[in-house]
Amino acid sequence: MTTLDTTEASGMIMTKTAEDTGTLAKTATAARAGEHETKISASAVSVFYGEKQALFDVTIDIPARQVMAFIGPSGCGKSTFLRCINRMNDTIDICSVKGKIEIDGANIYDPKIDPVLLRARVGMVFQKPNPFPKSIYDNIAYGPRIHGVAKAGSAMDEIVETSLQRAGLWNEVKDRLHEPGTGLSGGQQQRLCIARAIAVNPDVILMDEPCSALDPIATAKVEELIDELRTRYTIVIVTHSMQQAARVSQKAAFFHLGNLIEVDETDRMFTNPTDQRTQDYITGRFG
Amino acid sequence: MSVSLLFAIVLVLALVGYFLGRANASGLKASGKNLHSIPPYHGYYIALWCGLPAFVLVLVWQAAQGSIIDQILIAGLPSHLTEGTSAARVSLILGEIKNVAAGRVFGTPEPAVIEAAEHYKSLQSTASLALVACTLAVAVGGIAFARARLSPDFRARNRVDGILRGLLIICSVLAILTTLGIILSLLIESFAFFSRVPVLSFLFGMEWSPQMAIRSDQVAAEGAFGAVPVFWGTIFISAIAMFVALPVGLFSAIYLVEYADKRVRSFVKPLLEILAGIPTIVYGFFAVLTVAPFIREFGMSLGLDVASNSALAAGGVMGIMIIPFISSFSDDAISAVPQSMRDGAYALGATKAETIRQVLLPAALPGIVGGVLLAVSRAIGETMIVVMAAGLTATLTANPLEGVTTVTVQIVTLLIGDTEFDSPKTLAAFGLGLVLFISTLVLNIVALQVVKRYRERYE
Repeated sequence: MTTLDTTEASGMIMTKTAEDTGTLAKTATAARAGEHETKISASAVSVFYGEKQALFDVTIDIPARQVMAFIGPSGCGKSTFLRCINRMNDTIDICSVKGKIEIDGANIYDPKIDPVLLRARVGMVFQKPNPFPKSIYDNIAYGPRIHGVAKAGSAMDEIVETSLQRAGLWNEVKDRLHEPGTGLSGGQQQRLCIARAIAVNPDVILMDEPCSALDPIATAKVEELIDELRTRYTIVIVTHSMQQAARVSQKAAFFHLGNLIEVDETDRMFTNPTDQRTQDYITGRFG
Repeated sequence: MSVSLLFAIVLVLALVGYFLGRANASGLKASGKNLHSIPPYHGYYIALWCGLPAFVLVLVWQAAQGSIIDQILIAGLPSHLTEGTSAARVSLILGEIKNVAAGRVFGTPEPAVIEAAEHYKSLQSTASLALVACTLAVAVGGIAFARARLSPDFRARNRVDGILRGLLIICSVLAILTTLGIILSLLIESFAFFSRVPVLSFLFGMEWSPQMAIRSDQVAAEGAFGAVPVFWGTIFISAIAMFVALPVGLFSAIYLVEYADKRVRSFVKPLLEILAGIPTIVYGFFAVLTVAPFIREFGMSLGLDVASNSALAAGGVMGIMIIPFISSFSDDAISAVPQSMRDGAYALGATKAETIRQVLLPAALPGIVGGVLLAVSRAIGETMIVVMAAGLTATLTANPLEGVTTVTVQIVTLLIGDTEFDSPKTLAAFGLGLVLFISTLVLNIVALQVVKRYRERYE
């Protein structure tokens, strides 16, 4: 990805192949999926908001360096579960989590685990782009700075450049790194937020409907980016768009009314779901 | 007849007008006519036409009557009393005439005065009779006029709306005019002052001692009107106040928004806001009786020389008064930062304190700055605390343990007691007031601009 032109060109190709989903691509994905070890392993996770239970005994294994999509109708608990993986739910007072989530074999709800350090390893991208009201450079540098990864200077410059390059934003912003991040377009802002998450060098990136506030072209770019990122990171994405799940994910999990109904290879789930509710949702009968 | 009785009569007439209009309209409706407006509007229309002009007439009459009668009296006085005498003398004579007319006779007034007093009494009674007659005529005339215009097609509803809109405009214009009047009076007196004392020597003079010789043979220093020490005192005390209020207010706001749970917040926030409701004179007591002696004794125990009216005591208590300002503005500003900013920072592995320091405060800064500027202008204009707790001598010092004086304190002391508004001493108060007014005005405008720009950012 050296110039803007190639970025856009490859983006178009990528979207095309993803949309056409030729059988060749499918079998390739399926074959690759088998090789991946488990990165995140949740067992019997339940979440309560005060008295109300939002998630019921979710048990799921999420493979490393793949894209896992959480799908399901609104209020089904998929975002809630996503926020368990980096313990963002801790910031909500009335929220309590039961069960066990292991990342690389270590339980993240162990009292010995510092949620602040955990969140540096498990990055998150939100529904609406939320760049800080700082310069583009400072948005990226924020994470490395608070974690003491790099001080100001050339080391920081390098982190900023690599992160922006991996997020496919470098060519668009390299001449205006010191302008406010809030001045970028919506799609650029979202890629800035992805770059910000990448900058602290996480293992896992959680994405909570990252494209729901973006137009189709910006969405295509972010999807293309997600596909590139999966070579380095384990990605979990919550999405409302079935097409998006089909385009970007290798595995999919279907949530309904706080229960995990089905987990499978994305292609298999979309062509041949085992549960009736999954079938109904995918074919658009509810949701 | 007293004015309040007159008002009551006009009110009753308006009420009569209302029922007249309504009954008339109801009658038209009953006879099968199609009315544009429902009957009560016909009633309102008559009532407004009856009440408003009469009301305005009474007000104008009351305002004008006194001076017109005075003019007539003066014109009627024998020439040896009025010719060649000053306006002050004439007003003394007028006062005497009115006293005599009211039966308060001191000494033996001149026959001309007694005669004028009789004249005054008769003028008074004629005037009040005329007022009653005119008012009633206007009220009844209003009813007749409005009644004549009523017809089934008459758009009473729209007319009433128009009249009410006019009333609202008049009220807002009144508020603005009052402000203009205040500014104007301030300006005029200030010009009178600046014609005696040059502007530059006032603004940049380093010595303030407004005492003037009252008689020319009196031994007294020529007054010095260098306002720098006075303004310095205001700035100094305000700075001390901000030094107290800014951290306490800001930190308590941060605690309330980010850390306190709902129950604590719902309890602490109103408590903090009670501070804003305490009368400033009570703060003054607190400063004089509690804080100042405490600082003095504490300073003495350290071997420091502390004035009994120290800038520290006044400024510190003023700071306490300002805390709710700062905390409530900061509270609003921090709460207005979207939750997504917090989430973004937490998701990067920032701790709560890091999030607050590096993300929330910068984002909320414009709002906080706006609040602080408003608080500063409040501190600058604050009078009661400093009158009680700050000193009177204008010293140019940076030592908070010494006494300083402020602009507001000087204005109060300059205007207290026997004052005549033609000596530089009293006029200096207006000069000070004008500069104070301009500076707080500028501060307020800047603050509101800052707050406005900040609002545009998140909504």
